[in-house]
Amino acid sequence: MSRPNLLERRSVVSALLAGRKETIVVGGLGASTYDIAAAGDHDRNFYLWGAMGGAVMIGLGVALAQPKLPVVVITGDGEMLMGIGSLATVGLQKPGNLTIIVLDNEVYGETGGQASHTGATTDLVGVAKACGIADARTLATMGEIEAFAPSMQNVSTGPRFASIKIDSANLERVLASRDGSLIVTRIRGALGFAPI
Amino acid sequence: MHARSEASAETTPSWPEDIFSILQRFDVRQVPYVPDAGHSQLIERVLGAPSMRAVPLTTEEEGVALLAGAWAGGQRGVLLMQSSGVGNCVNMFSLTQILRFPFLTLVTMRGEWGEFNPWQVPMGSSTAGVFELSGIKVLRASHPNEVSEVVEAAAGQAYNACTPTAVLLSQRLIGAKVFTK
Repeated sequence: MSRPNLLERRSVVSALLAGRKETIVVGGLGASTYDIAAAGDHDRNFYLWGAMGGAVMIGLGVALAQPKLPVVVITGDGEMLMGIGSLATVGLQKPGNLTIIVLDNEVYGETGGQASHTGATTDLVGVAKACGIADARTLATMGEIEAFAPSMQNVSTGPRFASIKIDSANLERVLASRDGSLIVTRIRGALGFAPI
Repeated sequence: MHARSEASAETTPSWPEDIFSILQRFDVRQVPYVPDAGHSQLIERVLGAPSMRAVPLTTEEEGVALLAGAWAGGQRGVLLMQSSGVGNCVNMFSLTQILRFPFLTLVTMRGEWGEFNPWQVPMGSSTAGVFELSGIKVLRASHPNEVSEVVEAAAGQAYNACTPTAVLLSQRLIGAKVFTK
């Protein structure tokens, strides 16, 4: 199922992460993790292969621990819906360095393309705003995404939330590491923390 | 979330203060919680501690994920909740095994020891089992004079050995909630 005028997810994520510098990137399980891997493996990538609904909270935990570093969560609409309460928790904490990106294809792509709530009734940008995330917007063109990406480096003006409607075509998987312990140890190492 | 209406001012217990001291000593920085009356004194102390970040949650599983992120970012945390919240966490508990991070949770118990509300009993009865099935070690404190050593041991094995650990704070310790009209 592919509709015209929707953005291609890999191009979106590559554009968002092109100038990432020291950013820590958390990818929600499913295609978002593959997109982040496709943009280039990185010591500061936190790939999720499970824990559905947890991506934003993992990002919040990193963001509170490292307030001077940009933290970007990139996840899908289904994963976001499962953790939708976490938007209220982020709205309360207001971490200036946290950006939440939802790649919204309006379907559960990993399980066969069943419709999600966002194609019919749920407005995630409206939810984010109502939860106290004032900077919540839709990004509809590659130009808007390229203009938005540098703002993710600003660690005092978040939290920010962006929903990007993407094409629901299933792309070839780009498999990131599935070893959670390795992933966390690698991020900690990049931040200067030794293993226990 | 339950106010225990009879948690009277005349007998403010000292064990929450013991827990707070231990958490401070272990350099615990992020404290996600869903409120419970049994944790109210500790939550107040955390809210007043400049070195700690109290993070109120909408559901307990958020706290498991938050602590995973905190650890990746170099900080320790502890999740405060009551027994009914443990069931909300089950899938997210996967993170404790997959990421091998130092997970500690302090759980105030309902559904035991003189419980008035039968709706608390099923989850209270399965709380320890849920943790054990999830690969999380369970310690329990039932008397004020043992809270300190139990929480100390739990923090030690969680933070020093990355052994995910839950401390159950018995309803006998906290006092059964009194329901009055």
